[in-house]
Amino acid sequence: MDLLSLFPEWVLVHGPAAIVVLPLMVGALIALSPSEKLSWATTWFVTGLSGLMSLGLLLQVISHGPIAYAMGGWKPPLGIAYSVDGLNAPILLLISVIAFVCTVYALPSVIAEVEPEKRSPFYAAFLLSFAGLMGMVVTADAFNVCVFLEVSSISTYALVAMGSSRDRRALPSSFNYLIMGSIGATFFVIGIGFLYMQTGTLNMMDMARVLQDIGPGDRVVQLAFAFIVIGLGLKLAMFPLHTWLPTAYAYAPSFFTAFLAATATKAALYLLLRFTFTVFDPSWHFISNALMVIIAGLGILGMLAASLQAIFQSDIRRVLAFSSVAQVGYILLGIGMATTLGLTAGYLHILNHAIMKGALFLAVGAFWYRFGITKVSDMRGLGTTMPWTMAGFTVAGLSLIGVPGTVGFVSKLALAQAAAENGWWWAIGVIVLSSVLAIVYVGRMIEQAYFQPVPKINDKYIKRNEAPLTMLIPLWTLALASVAFGIDSHWPTSLAQGAAQVLGDGPILLVRETMPAIPAIPSTGGH
Amino acid sequence: MKRARKRARANKMGRSENQHIILRVVAKLLIPLIAVYGLYVHFHGDYGPGGGFQAGVIFASSIILYALIFGLDEAKRVVPPSWIRVIMTLGGLVFGGTGVATWLLGGEYLNYTMFAPDSTHAAGQHWGIFAVEIGVLLTVTSVILAIFYAFGSRGGSRRPNNAPNLSDEDKS
Amino acid sequence: MTMVFEHFNFAVVIVLMMTGLFAVFASHNMIKKLVGLSVFQTSVFLLYISISKVTGGRPPVLSKKELHGYGGYDKAGDGADAAYKTVSETAEIIYSNPLPHVLILTAIVVGVATLAIGLALVVRTREEYGSIEEDEIDAYNYQDNLEGASR
Repeated sequence: MDLLSLFPEWVLVHGPAAIVVLPLMVGALIALSPSEKLSWATTWFVTGLSGLMSLGLLLQVISHGPIAYAMGGWKPPLGIAYSVDGLNAPILLLISVIAFVCTVYALPSVIAEVEPEKRSPFYAAFLLSFAGLMGMVVTADAFNVCVFLEVSSISTYALVAMGSSRDRRALPSSFNYLIMGSIGATFFVIGIGFLYMQTGTLNMMDMARVLQDIGPGDRVVQLAFAFIVIGLGLKLAMFPLHTWLPTAYAYAPSFFTAFLAATATKAALYLLLRFTFTVFDPSWHFISNALMVIIAGLGILGMLAASLQAIFQSDIRRVLAFSSVAQVGYILLGIGMATTLGLTAGYLHILNHAIMKGALFLAVGAFWYRFGITKVSDMRGLGTTMPWTMAGFTVAGLSLIGVPGTVGFVSKLALAQAAAENGWWWAIGVIVLSSVLAIVYVGRMIEQAYFQPVPKINDKYIKRNEAPLTMLIPLWTLALASVAFGIDSHWPTSLAQGAAQVLGDGPILLVRETMPAIPAIPSTGGH
Repeated sequence: MKRARKRARANKMGRSENQHIILRVVAKLLIPLIAVYGLYVHFHGDYGPGGGFQAGVIFASSIILYALIFGLDEAKRVVPPSWIRVIMTLGGLVFGGTGVATWLLGGEYLNYTMFAPDSTHAAGQHWGIFAVEIGVLLTVTSVILAIFYAFGSRGGSRRPNNAPNLSDEDKS
Repeated sequence: MTMVFEHFNFAVVIVLMMTGLFAVFASHNMIKKLVGLSVFQTSVFLLYISISKVTGGRPPVLSKKELHGYGGYDKAGDGADAAYKTVSETAEIIYSNPLPHVLILTAIVVGVATLAIGLALVVRTREEYGSIEEDEIDAYNYQDNLEGASR
């Protein structure tokens, strides 16, 4: 409570807009910046400020309930509304904190990987991508979601392609991502179009209200749901639609890979939750079927197939990327149960996976930074040559496996409990099997690092060459967070329970104010 | 070798100048008209169809036409690429700044009513949209030009030196 | 058959959508893929524009008759005010829905941006690989993978 009083009143009122507008405007501005240090410092400052504002909003939501913001003073459902509630406030905080932590890391990493004249635009594009993700999560207007989805996607394509100064394979992978991402976004837009056709509104809550009147029998609504699930499925790398992800993660600049892996799919997952549970009604037969068969089913397929694929990759980044697809599978399994426990577990895994996967990719970036290592077989002796980085990698890797005392264990346990409560005993078997596969692919890397001899150059062992502090601090922040929240998981679990409660309440019914025949000019001066 | 290429280029230039004289004269007449039409579409956007997006594209097309006829280098002399980056940012800032101004005046983001809260006929909306549309015009114009310059100033086909030779065996 | 003609716009939307998607999936040339993507996106523009049509609706633009005070800048606000009154008094005028047009203007801009980025990637790919055929690029990548090339 005390913490909340530290935030100025203005932030709590205008925060929902400010967290999007600030990075957007500053992003435009620093494209001009002559000095990359200045761009970096500004980016760092802006992401930090957004993080603080998100924290303020989260505390406000916890203590005083949802916040609504009417863009431009136009009252919903006419205007674009931004809203922060228990479901999206933690995601906002997650995205901005990860961005803040990763930006610290960007300073050495971007210098090593991006050409000098592209560095300021790099930070500008990063801020745009960040703003897009925040906007996607904070907005309560269905079409606004599409716009921010594209803002973040388009800047992401450019950022992935910037990895081409390190490895030219970044270009075709970015192109592949562009094609798949655009198809996904367009499917989503089509779905929104069908919804608009039936409901005549774009405000999500109003949409939910009209959809309740229309009911589940309407074919257009069913079609809209299908388009939205497939569109978002492409964006969140649902198992058979994940083909863009491994290459995009592997060849993007390492700082951005860490940010992307930790946040991009999470924002899309949030949208899936938001649409399935609060816009549509999960009790409708076609939605409950889709949740059980498609979302949970594909989640399970992804957990197994992507984990298997991860085992056979030779590139570290591809191993982790396939593991990301598998982890999305866990989250989808939790969502697919559609019970309070299942949703809590899925949501918890969204937060936890972001922390551990962020740490892992940061460590991989550091390996490349010092030794140019991208292959699992080149990790020999890293435990000796880069002890701190490798230790951070190991902590996060153990968390990925789900060793007790780490966040991975907390969310897997929650997921198993939810499955047991639901009577899905086979799902527990799948979780255990997938974790065993995770032991194989993570263990393979850890084994290389600690139990293989340090390679020799000219008959001399390679000297210890630790990553710089600017890389170690963000890495260890996330690695320690994954242990801290693993030991005391009270806070993230309570956030996840809050989110599950919002989802469990189902469509929020908003009583529509009586509207004039045409949208009246919202004037303070009456006629 | 170098001189020969230069001569060939000069020849080509000379020929094109002769051939395209009608094009050049017509363009000189048309370009200002297109630009003015762009501005018309922009300012008419207050009352009818139009606005910053369309106007920006029309305005940019006048410069693109200039570049197509007189060459990219000439166009870059008229509108230097360094300006474009500045204008692009400026447009974004005008748009965003309008919102920040409404914040400073105590309203929601982009709540234009704050510009003239006492107006009986929503003059604030008018001013707000005017400012925002200027921002849109600047950004759209400069972005379209930036895209055109970026593609136009790329060299012809270059095969990379290090591209491996691709024989049929490799493909299989 | 009559159903197709009754919903002619939607029939065209479906044809365009499938054509676009087919072009994206079936072609290996990067430019052709982008063309397919653009056709696909165009179908969505058409879908939205079709939604906005209201039977018997007029273009959502106030005509001069309704705008008494049309003219100078200061008066313009009065004009909108008058128009508001006029329209609310004569509520029987049906306008087409302008909102989807605005939405799709945004989507068009997004499409342009996507296309620009896509073409830029094609240009860069050609510079790096000397090819824009995806199977050739895959072959180069396969070599890169074998050599572990990371520059």
